[in-house]
Amino acid sequence: MYRIVSAIFLAENIKKFEIEAPGIAKKRQAGQFLMLRLTENGERFPLTIADSDPVRGTVTVIAQGAGKSTRALNRLEAGDTITDVVGPLGTPSHIENFGTAVSIGGGVGTAIAYPTAAALKAAGNYVITINGARSRDLVILEDEMKAVSDEAYITTDDGSYGFNGFVTQKLQELIDSGRKIDFVLAIGPIPMMKAVAEVTRPYGIRTVVSLNPIMIDGTGMCGGCRVTVGNEIRFACVDGPEFDAHLVDFKNLSDRNRIYQQEERASDEAEAHRCRLSGQS
Amino acid sequence: MDPKQITTKERLAIPRQVMPAQDPVLRAGNFREVHLGLTPELAQMEALRCIQCKDPVCVKGCPVNIKIDQFIRLIAEGDFLGAARKVKEDNVLPAICGRVCPQEDQCEQVCVIGKKREPVAIGNLERFVGDYERLTGQRITPEMAPPSGRRVAVIGSGPAGLSCANDLARFGHEVVVFEALHELGGVLMYGIPEFRLPKEIVRDELDGLRKMGIEFRTDVVVGRTITVEELLGEEEFDAVFIGVGAGLPWFMGIPGENLVGVLAANEFLTRVNLMKAYDFPKSDTPVFDCKGKSVAVFGGGNTAMDAVRTAKRLGAGHAYIVYRRSEAEMPAREEEIHHAQKEGIEFMLLTIPLEFIGDDKALLTGVRCQKMELGEPDESGRRKPVPVEGSEFVLPIDMAVISIGNGSNPLIKQTTPDIEVSRKDTIVVDVNTMQTSKENVYAGGDIVTGGATVILAMGAGRKAALAIHEKLSVTAPGSRES
Repeated sequence: MYRIVSAIFLAENIKKFEIEAPGIAKKRQAGQFLMLRLTENGERFPLTIADSDPVRGTVTVIAQGAGKSTRALNRLEAGDTITDVVGPLGTPSHIENFGTAVSIGGGVGTAIAYPTAAALKAAGNYVITINGARSRDLVILEDEMKAVSDEAYITTDDGSYGFNGFVTQKLQELIDSGRKIDFVLAIGPIPMMKAVAEVTRPYGIRTVVSLNPIMIDGTGMCGGCRVTVGNEIRFACVDGPEFDAHLVDFKNLSDRNRIYQQEERASDEAEAHRCRLSGQS
Repeated sequence: MDPKQITTKERLAIPRQVMPAQDPVLRAGNFREVHLGLTPELAQMEALRCIQCKDPVCVKGCPVNIKIDQFIRLIAEGDFLGAARKVKEDNVLPAICGRVCPQEDQCEQVCVIGKKREPVAIGNLERFVGDYERLTGQRITPEMAPPSGRRVAVIGSGPAGLSCANDLARFGHEVVVFEALHELGGVLMYGIPEFRLPKEIVRDELDGLRKMGIEFRTDVVVGRTITVEELLGEEEFDAVFIGVGAGLPWFMGIPGENLVGVLAANEFLTRVNLMKAYDFPKSDTPVFDCKGKSVAVFGGGNTAMDAVRTAKRLGAGHAYIVYRRSEAEMPAREEEIHHAQKEGIEFMLLTIPLEFIGDDKALLTGVRCQKMELGEPDESGRRKPVPVEGSEFVLPIDMAVISIGNGSNPLIKQTTPDIEVSRKDTIVVDVNTMQTSKENVYAGGDIVTGGATVILAMGAGRKAALAIHEKLSVTAPGSRES
C-alpha cells in the first residue's frame, strides 16, 4: 500500500498527488512514469512522474479524470492509500545542452513536460515553454513552468488568457520571427503532438514526443503498448515513452487507443449507476 | 490388490486409469479446470501399473530427477503423504508440474510400460500427491538448515525463482524474492490460464514458501526500482539469482499487423489471467469482446492453445488455430491439442497469414492466408512448409492473436552492463552452475533459454541454488571474495 501525502486540485478535473514511494523517488529521472493500481480489481495504468522528493520519499503525479481509473484516483484524498505503485518505468528523457529548447505542453501534458523542461534548463539550455489549455481555468503549473523557463508563454483556445490560439501557432510565430530553435519537446493530446511534428518537420528541428498507448504490465512483458515508429514496432514501456516525433505513426496510435472505447463506456455507465445507488457523485 | 503380492503380469493387465474431466461442451463455456483429478482409488490402481524397474529410466527422463519409482510405490501402498514428500525432495511444486509438465516428452516417453502399452500416468500421479497433501491440509514445512547468515536476492517469482528460493531457504540462507508485478507467480499467474492451472494452487504454494521464511516484495522492477549492482552493494545480498522470464512478444512482420484487433498472446492472456478481464466490468480491465466473434490465433505452441481456448471460453463463435505446419509438428502438448479439438477449436493447419485486412476505421476484418505443403526437413528436423501456388484465401476474423514466441526482457541487460548476453539477448551462463559473467550473479529459466517449460525453469533454479549454496559455503560471511 502506498500512502497519498497530499492531494490538491490544480484545475477542474485535474489533481496533483504526492505519493509516498521512497524507492521510486530516489531513482526517478525526467521522462519516466509509474504504473498504478488503485484497488484489487483495478486496472494498471501509467502516469508520468511530474516531480519527486528523494528526501521526503515522495513522487508527484498529476491526473486528469478521463477514464474510470483516473476519475477514481481523483476522488482520493491525502491519507488514502493506493494498492500498487511501481516504477520508475520507461527510458529517461535524453537531456543535453541543445542550445534553444522549446517545451510544449497541451492540457495535462504540461505536467509531463514540466520535469523534462526543468532538466533541459538544468543542462544549460535556453528554455522556452509554451503551455496550452482550452481556457484560463484549465491552465496548470504556470508558476512552476515560469521558474524553469527563460521565456514562458501560455496559449488558450478561447483567448481567455495569454496568446489566443493553439500552441502550434505560437511555435510557428517563434520560428517565423527568426529564432533559432534546436530542440522541441511536445507533450499533450495526440492531435497536438502530430500538429507540432508537422510544424517542425520542414525546418528539420529535432522534435520529441511522449506517447501514451494503452499499457497493461508496463514493464516490458505483454507488448500491449506497441507503437509504430519509423515503420518499426517499438514498445513505449521500455523503448519509450519518448520518441522522435517525425517518425511516429500518430494515426496508428490514435486508432489503437480507441480499441476499448465501447468497454470504457460500459464501465462509465456501471460507475454512474453505482454512484447513483450510493449517493456519491 | 495387495501391492506386495501382485505379479508383473497382473500389473501389465491394468489399463491406464482415465482422469475424470469436465464435459468438453460444458467446459468450453467456463474457466474452471478441465481435469478433475484422480480419486485415491484411481491413483492407487494407476500406481500398481508401475513394474518398479531396477533401473528406472523415467527418473532420468525427468529434468529434475524426481524419484518416480519410489513415490509411485508409496502411492500403491496407500501412503499418499509419504509419496508427496518423496516428490518434494526433488520438486517443490508437484501440484503445478503434475499439471503443466510435458510428461509425454519426458518421464512418460521413456516409461518401459509405454513400449507396448500406454505408459504409467506419472504426471497424473504427481498431480494427485500434490493435491492430496494440499487438500487434506497436511502440508509440512520442509526441514531447514540452521540460518547461515547469508542473504540471496531472487529476481522474479515465476517457476525458476520459486524453486531457487525454496532450495536456498532450505540451505539456511535468507531469501528475498523481488517481483515486478502486483501478483506473485510469474507466468503461472499471468500466462497459464485458470482452466489449466487454478490460481488457488499457485497461491497455496506461495503460502508454503512464506511459511519457510522467504520474503516476497511485489512492485519492484529490478533494473528500474533497484539495480542488480545495488542489491549486491548497499542492499548487502551475497548473491543474486535472475529468473525474470521471457519478455516482449515477437510479431510476424506482415502488412496490417498494426490494425486494431491484432494483439500478442502475452497481452491477451495477461488481460484475462492476471487482470481478470473475463470478469469485466467487475474487474476494471477490459479485453476484446469475443462474444460471437471470429478469433484466430497464429502459432502452434502451448501459449497458442491457451489463447485460443481462452477466446472460446470468452464466447468466440469461431476460434481458429492458424499454423504453418501440420499437427505432428506442433510444439504444443498433445493433450492440449486434443482438449482444444474437443472444445470446438477449428484448426487451419498448413496455412500461413500473408496480410491482415482492415476497414476504414483501421479495425481488423480478416486475414489473407495461403495454404502450404510439407517439403524437405529443415534445420529443426521438421519438414519445411512450402507455399502452394494459387491457394490464397481470405478468412474473416475480428481478432487476431499472435503467438509465435517472445524475446527477452531488456531491463536487466540495459541496466547491468557487465552481464554478458547472447545475440538473442538471453543471459549467458555457465551450464553447470548457472553463473553469469558477473560475479555472484546467477540466472535461469526463460531469460537464459528463451521460451521453454515450467519444469526446465525449475530445474535451472535448483541448479543455481545449489551452486550459490556451494559458493556461499566456501566464502566467509561478510566477504565478497571468491
